[in-house]
Amino acid sequence: MTTRAPSEKATTSSTGTPGMGAGPRRHVLDLDDFSAAEIGALLDSAEAMREVMDRSIKKVPSLRGKVVVTLFLEPSTRTRVSFEQAGKMLSADVINIGGAGSAAEKGESLLNTALTLQAMHADLIVIRHPHSGAPYFLARHLRSTGVVNAGDGMHAHPTQALLDLMTMRRHLGSLEGARVVIVGDVLHSRVARSDAFGLAASGASVVLCGPPTMMPLDLLRANRDGGPDGGPDAGSNPGPGRSLPNVTVEPDLDTAIAGADAVIALRLQTERQAAGMLPSLREYTRRWQVTEARMALAKPGALLMHPGPMNEGLEITSALAHGPTAQIEEQVTNGVAIRMALLYSLLTGTEERP
Amino acid sequence: MSVPLLIKNARLIDPSDGSDAAGDLLIVDGVIARRGSTNGSVPDGTRVVDGTGMVAAPGFIDLHAHLREPGGEDKETIATGTAAGARGGFTTLCCMPNTNPAIDSAAVVELIVRRAAEAGPIRVLPFGAVSRGRSGVELTDMEELARAGAVGFTDDGSPVATGHLMQMALLYAGQLGPSTGSGRRLPVMDHCEDHSITKGLGVNEGWVASRLGLAGYPSAAEESIVARDIALLDLVGGALHIAHLSTAGAIDQVRRAKERGLLVTAEATPHHLTMTEEWVLGEHGRGQAGAALSAAAYETRAKVSPPLRAEADRLALVAGLADGTVDAVATDHAPHTFGDKEVPFEEAAVGLSVLETAFGSLMGLVHAGALDLPTLIHRLTVGPAGVLGERYAPLATLREGTPADVVLFDPGESWTVDAASFASKGKNTPLDGETLTGRVKLTVAGGEIAFDGLGA
Repeated sequence: MTTRAPSEKATTSSTGTPGMGAGPRRHVLDLDDFSAAEIGALLDSAEAMREVMDRSIKKVPSLRGKVVVTLFLEPSTRTRVSFEQAGKMLSADVINIGGAGSAAEKGESLLNTALTLQAMHADLIVIRHPHSGAPYFLARHLRSTGVVNAGDGMHAHPTQALLDLMTMRRHLGSLEGARVVIVGDVLHSRVARSDAFGLAASGASVVLCGPPTMMPLDLLRANRDGGPDGGPDAGSNPGPGRSLPNVTVEPDLDTAIAGADAVIALRLQTERQAAGMLPSLREYTRRWQVTEARMALAKPGALLMHPGPMNEGLEITSALAHGPTAQIEEQVTNGVAIRMALLYSLLTGTEERP
Repeated sequence: MSVPLLIKNARLIDPSDGSDAAGDLLIVDGVIARRGSTNGSVPDGTRVVDGTGMVAAPGFIDLHAHLREPGGEDKETIATGTAAGARGGFTTLCCMPNTNPAIDSAAVVELIVRRAAEAGPIRVLPFGAVSRGRSGVELTDMEELARAGAVGFTDDGSPVATGHLMQMALLYAGQLGPSTGSGRRLPVMDHCEDHSITKGLGVNEGWVASRLGLAGYPSAAEESIVARDIALLDLVGGALHIAHLSTAGAIDQVRRAKERGLLVTAEATPHHLTMTEEWVLGEHGRGQAGAALSAAAYETRAKVSPPLRAEADRLALVAGLADGTVDAVATDHAPHTFGDKEVPFEEAAVGLSVLETAFGSLMGLVHAGALDLPTLIHRLTVGPAGVLGERYAPLATLREGTPADVVLFDPGESWTVDAASFASKGKNTPLDGETLTGRVKLTVAGGEIAFDGLGA
């Protein structure tokens, strides 16, 4: 195992692509700069990590002496605990900072908090922030400490997308040519955006489905006009005028779900109804709830996933959520494994396994 | 008394009479003593400047600058803001009333006028607030404000809050009393934005906003208020001025209103004329097509309200500037501190520090062939003076006997923007490090040298 200092790994300039470069990746800000090969290697590594999780003593010394700080400035249970557990199983020292009780509460700026953590020689900051782009802001300002995006505003949630990819690959095999439906509040969903990039890189196509009031306007326009930003894009990155790669929009869930290999139901924040974005939750469930009848339209053996936390009986019927097609608990397990793989890869600079 | 100044052999462009010829310009006792002729005597002690290869024009007039004083002195003061203006070739700055306290009383107008006089020769003309405290409810004492020196009214930073208030403001400011000039009509400037449509600030609604997971600011949020204001102008008269026009649809509306003979004027900023929404992706608006986001994305220095728009909007804006639909270039100079901008995008303050880059970036349009130089100068001088009214016309001419507000610039000199060296306290420009062609060399206001860059 190599133990190069983080500063030697810093290969990006302030304007360069954040993760990539001549050397190993230092940051994970989104999946838009991941190749199929890099994703595949991470998923392979995560499979090995699942073996570690299955051991009676769930700990290996791989990241001994490494310091990982989770800086969660928005409420979270599963993602924060998942990162913490991933770090601890690899013997990293994991320090958790939240909004309450931290200097952020005293008005310290995010920049100064991050510079302070860097000055303490933290190897990695895992950040969850209510505002889109906060991890990019940190990456721009930090010279030696790496940054992992654990969810930023409406923008991205790359580790959630990786665990979704892992879950799909475990059950479907290759994702090449797979058809994945993402249903719900796409507009506000960082999960949908990162999933779209990860799925495009893996060769899958994505159908976005949900209320028109919860769909990015540029995607609706592309659908309506078939204009320059319309239609699926062959590449894994969107061109100018395209916000997401290889996606189509289908408002009707029955149509969208027909022949799907996997369905990802997004969390609906019920406050959106009071904000005038939905007529009623009743109408939402009638039109966009994933039901047994709708899943029957998908391919046999199609997967049902949800990033959590779920409003049971709203996005998905209760029976389905606890039925055999649902992968919701496996997603959580895979989440720990993929975060172990990611921390390992970032903090050792190799794809070598423990 | 200022030293007499002779600018020799410059290209003299005077948009007030359409003249454009090589010649000399003699400034004595604060006025233009002689224009054109290369003959004749000059007073003893006259400073002679060789203007070969350079252009002399009336000093620029900025209808829209945030000088922050009083209340925001950490961002800018009248002294630093006028110094920045002078370096940008501006001899007149209209300052916005979103100060603390707002410019809603004669006392604040008088404070600004006094501070400006102490700061130097650059003229500072305050806009008063439309509503007391800029709170969108009660009209300010507009007549008293005008008497103290306010040249127009706006709640800029915010729109005029309601259609009712706009109607009252157009009526009242349209007929101010004899003490401010008989029946004088002062413009009401509006920052057109329907807050209920705007979900987020600083990025256009479109693929960039969607890509970044940011709530966008659609063109419709601007155009719906432009439509409201034009309808009210048609109803009650007065003089309406649309601030920082940014969308193709809004330009169409202004063009059609002007064709109908309505007294509407409009301004556009250098950044909306030269940059697009892609600048929010960082890297100076380049190299992002089809690429992963870089750490330079979420460029808070390109966060501005209204946001940088799509290329089609920018092109419509340039066409509107060329055909006169857009009367004036105005900077919307909005200086901020480091801490105001070095935060996640959604928390960052809106606005750019513009005064020192405005002319250089606008010259890019001239060098690209999108606009001719006399038209650009017109929109920086005669255009804005016309918005302010007839009595400001002498500030926008090189005619003999008028106040010597003059700029001398080298249209072909390339220079690199270094925000750290700005006179403005606001270093917040995405143009930092960019090379611009066209540089102000000398700024004279009322015959006084306000900026001398000839040695540089």
